[in-house]
Amino acid sequence: MNWGSLNEFLAMGGYGFYVWGSYGVAALCIFLEVFFLNKK
Amino acid sequence: MTSDLFRFAAPQAFFPLAGKLIPWFSVLAGVLALAGLYVAFFAAPTDHQQGEAYRIIFIHVPAAWMSMFLYVVMACWAGIGLALNTRLSGMMASAIAPTGAMFTFVALWSGALWGRPTWGAYWVWDARLTSELVLLFLYLGFIALKSAIPDPVRSDRAGAILALVGVVNVPIIYFSVQWWNTLHQGASVSLTRAPSMAATMLAGMLLLALAAWMYSIATALCRVRAIILERERDAEWVRMTKDQMQAAA
Repeated sequence: MNWGSLNEFLAMGGYGFYVWGSYGVAALCIFLEVFFLNKK
Repeated sequence: MTSDLFRFAAPQAFFPLAGKLIPWFSVLAGVLALAGLYVAFFAAPTDHQQGEAYRIIFIHVPAAWMSMFLYVVMACWAGIGLALNTRLSGMMASAIAPTGAMFTFVALWSGALWGRPTWGAYWVWDARLTSELVLLFLYLGFIALKSAIPDPVRSDRAGAILALVGVVNVPIIYFSVQWWNTLHQGASVSLTRAPSMAATMLAGMLLLALAAWMYSIATALCRVRAIILERERDAEWVRMTKDQMQAAA
């Protein structure tokens, strides 16, 4: 286990912005693609 | 057996098959993604050089692999359509392009967010980064060109030529880190050498790469169904299928 607490997990050793910025935008892209595909 | 498989080259036969396959690939994508994310965040240890910032590679590398691979698959379908005049091939190429563009964007975006803490810059005009950006433009150009030509036959033909010319960019991306002195690091995983990374890191990356494969297949099949309905809208079977779908909904 790498993380002692939720805050530590979110902080990502000080790289939280970069790590969650990457995963967040990737998740958003996938969400948008699936959303627009279902609308077709 | 072969003739059985070729039967699915007809949009009418492929449409229900794609519909049956989509749920399977979607579920596989979800399960593999969850397993991969678990390994990426909880099983894989902290990198001793890059700290936690390295965890971006678990999304970056699968997205970059998919961006190149999907382009080659797209160009293959486009080429088959151009050579054999099969209707479904051009539709498959169109169905793959948006997912490929999405993965290319994710690869560039996550790369930028990895580059800032690691190199000190979001973007540099390095051979690897520039050729990947060209790939994004190729995808967008392919989509724009195809949608600009209303006649499906001409649209498929023009798109196929663009896709086939652009395929030369894929080996340039892949080998750019060897051919030029790039800031981007060389491949950590290749077919010819043992991977230069911890086994858990590799496992997380491969799980997410497999998830990206399954996701791409599911979205491409879903999109090709929409394209089939659109293009064959005057066919009798499409009218009947649409009536059935509306009755079920």
